[in-house]
Amino acid sequence: MTGILTVNPVAKLAVAFILAIALVLSLDWVSATVALACECVLFAWAGVSWHTFWTRTLPVWLAAPIVAISIALYGKPSGQTYYSWWLVDISDGSITLAIATALRILAIALPAVILFVTVDPTDLADGLAQVVRLPSKFVLGSLAAVRLIGLFMDDWRSLQLARRARGVAESGRVRRFAGQAFALLVLSLRRGSKLATAMEARGFGAVTARSWARESRFGWREWLLIGIGLLVAAAAITVSVSTGHWNFIGA
Amino acid sequence: MSSLGRPARVTARGWGWRHAGRRAWAVHDLDLTIEPGERVLLLGASGSGKSTLIAALAGVLGGADEGDQLGELLLDGVPPATTPGRAGLVLQDPDSQVILERIGDDVAFGCENLGVPRDEIWMRVRDSLDSVGLDLPLDRSTSRLSGGQKQRLALAGVLAMRPGLLLLDEPTANLDPQGVREVRDAVARSLDRTRATFVVIEHRVDVWRDLVSRVVILDPAGGVLADGPVEAVLGAQGRALADSGVWIPEFPPPRPVRAAPTSGELLVSAQELAIGRNVKSVVRSDINLELASGDLLAISGPNGSGKSTLALTLGGLLAPAGGRVVARPGLAQGAAPNPIQWKSRQLLTRIGSVFQDPEHQFLGGTVREELAIGPRAIGTADVDARVDEILDRLGLTALAQANPFTLSGGEKRRLSVGTALATRPRVLILDEPTFGQDSRTWQELVALVAELLAAGSAVAAITHDAAFIDALATREFALETVGVIR
Repeated sequence: MTGILTVNPVAKLAVAFILAIALVLSLDWVSATVALACECVLFAWAGVSWHTFWTRTLPVWLAAPIVAISIALYGKPSGQTYYSWWLVDISDGSITLAIATALRILAIALPAVILFVTVDPTDLADGLAQVVRLPSKFVLGSLAAVRLIGLFMDDWRSLQLARRARGVAESGRVRRFAGQAFALLVLSLRRGSKLATAMEARGFGAVTARSWARESRFGWREWLLIGIGLLVAAAAITVSVSTGHWNFIGA
Repeated sequence: MSSLGRPARVTARGWGWRHAGRRAWAVHDLDLTIEPGERVLLLGASGSGKSTLIAALAGVLGGADEGDQLGELLLDGVPPATTPGRAGLVLQDPDSQVILERIGDDVAFGCENLGVPRDEIWMRVRDSLDSVGLDLPLDRSTSRLSGGQKQRLALAGVLAMRPGLLLLDEPTANLDPQGVREVRDAVARSLDRTRATFVVIEHRVDVWRDLVSRVVILDPAGGVLADGPVEAVLGAQGRALADSGVWIPEFPPPRPVRAAPTSGELLVSAQELAIGRNVKSVVRSDINLELASGDLLAISGPNGSGKSTLALTLGGLLAPAGGRVVARPGLAQGAAPNPIQWKSRQLLTRIGSVFQDPEHQFLGGTVREELAIGPRAIGTADVDARVDEILDRLGLTALAQANPFTLSGGEKRRLSVGTALATRPRVLILDEPTFGQDSRTWQELVALVAELLAAGSAVAAITHDAAFIDALATREFALETVGVIR
């Protein structure tokens, strides 16, 4: 079963957006819980192994409680106050908000991570250029630049070792970091301009209409995924509104 | 195949180019005709405008805001920039020419830009990869390729555009001998198939000699210095070319006379050493070697065998993943026996490391400042005297106020060696010191290293350069292949 692995990345991007927008409209715990519950069921069909699921979403599981604790401590107090010391104020209001926020982070970030774990940058670029029709020069330029990041990491490591070899590894940490960052900037500009020349030499930026070696398809599976995203969003909002928990931001 | 590009004709009439913001013309008064299907080796001293000419032919010099043009330079009667895909260019740096993540997509990139229909693109992709002998799956990651494979990939990407003119700008300068052979053979095979016009810049004449029929030498003073059949031009101009840094087999650079190697004092040894970026990723283990005063240990091994990692580990820059690097008392001079525990300042007077890419090591705003950093860090009183001496010895005095990044490749290499020598370390570790160097720089480096050895230093050099090994090495150490993609 391939799950969402081969679904067009543009559809995944769209679903992540739909869920995020639906869930930032209100700050209640019900809509987030409904969305999260639906998502947890759907993850089973995503085609992502449990090992991948847990390792990739680990940061989300760590971030959510940390944010929740800080909101519980410093959130706007209301209702009964349980504990108060200097800026800290734990109250009914701050606890409710903390829970709602933690659920919301999970409900937005977990599907986003799962959707994007399976995205290949080249396929995303193809989709953005062919399906969304973003300018191809911009999309392909960015794609080529992303590939340079690995080289920059190697450069950074070499720069670090080189500073030890040059006898300045013990100089002030801030100054050394700044110097090294500047050196990396110089190197990356040079790499970038060399890459640009190589791309230009292969006809990139020519006036001829571009053809696409890989077709970015957008068919029933993509629409199905978007439909599922819309259903989850609709369910979350409907349940929340009908149970009276919906509180539109700013209202 | 019906759709092969027709060979292109090159004509230059009174052509010249000056880069924006520069006073001097990079090329001027150039009159040159290259007939369709001709194969030309383009030579000239550094600064004669070879690369500028090739970039102009490839149509990548840019428009009026990038520089001023004189006369005309035409490809099949029209300016090169107006016919994308007619000329294909392969450059020197393998890493900067890989554009996409998968092999097939990378080769297809040029065709896409030219608007070639999809089915035709994939036919051309397979055809080009076959031409350059890259028999790998189309979805293989491009970042896992060796230098020689990356250059052949770039060549395939260019061939897929079916160019009438194939341009190569020092395509093998960054490659080991195996990579050089791969690329040369791939070019030979492709030219036999396509019959395209061919122009290559290369300062190692022997690589392309049998493939080209004509040599054109550009004159730094403008125009063409010599032009004609290979043997005739090399016969008449060989000596002068060799003096200007071109590698000509008949005129090899002189080698220093060396005293018979004597076993000196043991300085460093590696004992059951395992190397790797960390304990988890060991590239190789069980390395045992010794380095004594007066020794030049040549370390060789194919791509990916961990040569650079070994250099960094021996140099006290990277912690051993297992085993030890031991500095003997004669080298340690009171410091701990493990170089990795030394402060970077302690390293300066004991083990000097010169990286493969000089740019990674530059810290100063000028050449003079660059050379003064080491001596100042160890707190010696004669900083200026040392710097002056090295500037003079390396022929960099005139460039003392220049920014290191603006130097030529050979000057950068000499400067990076100079920075290590300024603190007079007893052990020097060099990573591919002669890669891509012209014969003049090579000669200076060899003479310098010979002096160091005679004065009792020890040198470990990662190198594939047979002439360098022949001239200097007292011992060789070969690392075997570890998991290289074929």
